Amino acid sequence: MRARVLIRPKAGILDPQGAAVERALPALGFAGVANVHVGRLVELDVEDSSQLDSMCERLLANPLVEDYEVQLLS
Amino acid sequence: MRFGVLQFPGSCDEVDALHAARRVGDAELIWHAERDLRGAEAIVVPGGFSYGDYLRAGAIARFSPAMESVIDFARDGGLVLGICNGFQVLCEAHLLPGALLPNANLRFTFRQVELDVIQSDTAFTCASAGLARLSIPAKHSWGRYYADAATLDQLERRGQVVLRYAPAHNFNGSLRDIAGVCNEAGNVFGLMPHPEHAVDALTGDGSTDGLTIFQSMRLAVEGARV
Repeated sequence: MRARVLIRPKAGILDPQGAAVERALPALGFAGVANVHVGRLVELDVEDSSQLDSMCERLLANPLVEDYEVQLLS
Repeated sequence: MRFGVLQFPGSCDEVDALHAARRVGDAELIWHAERDLRGAEAIVVPGGFSYGDYLRAGAIARFSPAMESVIDFARDGGLVLGICNGFQVLCEAHLLPGALLPNANLRFTFRQVELDVIQSDTAFTCASAGLARLSIPAKHSWGRYYADAATLDQLERRGQVVLRYAPAHNFNGSLRDIAGVCNEAGNVFGLMPHPEHAVDALTGDGSTDGLTIFQSMRLAVEGARV
């Protein structure tokens, strides 16, 4: 099964990458941009999709500072 | 007194850590794939970019065979020092509370920092008598200490905040100016700045303040041995 894991900085934690992108876009003339956050994307084939949460908790994300969302693609 | 210094693919400060440890005792390198800590009485997890810092700094190194042994060693009360990337590895291994996030300014920064010694009676600072402030180099892009407010309160209450950046030296945006923390038992300590780079007046901006960390560990080990 193909799966996609989206990993984001938790709400309320300073996200300097997001802030830098948020400043850069208006500089290119894109107006009306707010709340930019930068995270990570992991795509993987797994035989047992029930293990995905455990993979996220133990390795793919750091639950202390990141939220993750698992999407099953096929 | 025998130190073991871990070496991961991508470590870069293990040789300096080895030299620093050898100023106060015996020391040898332990390759990440080894499980045998070879009788080490204290472990140093050094700085660098273990496993390329892929995924998150320290996230993959934390599962190496040597680290599995270090986790057992720490649970048995053994002294473990994590420097920079080593601090990140110890947080990922849950031997220390909190996490290290990208510097608030998003820049890799290399500079001498002044650190206030908040706890001078730990296994890592007990040789610091008369040194209320340490001057040692820092060099990282991923060193902003973070823990939630309840954890930070608890760390302060239990005396686990060992070192703070002196006023105007918190260049990475660490919460509550925290530069180094220990675990509740006091046998595991991590810090972002590099004491191993400040053991010889020739380098480290002329400061040898970093030596105090290694001397303290020797005192603690030999005190425990007597």
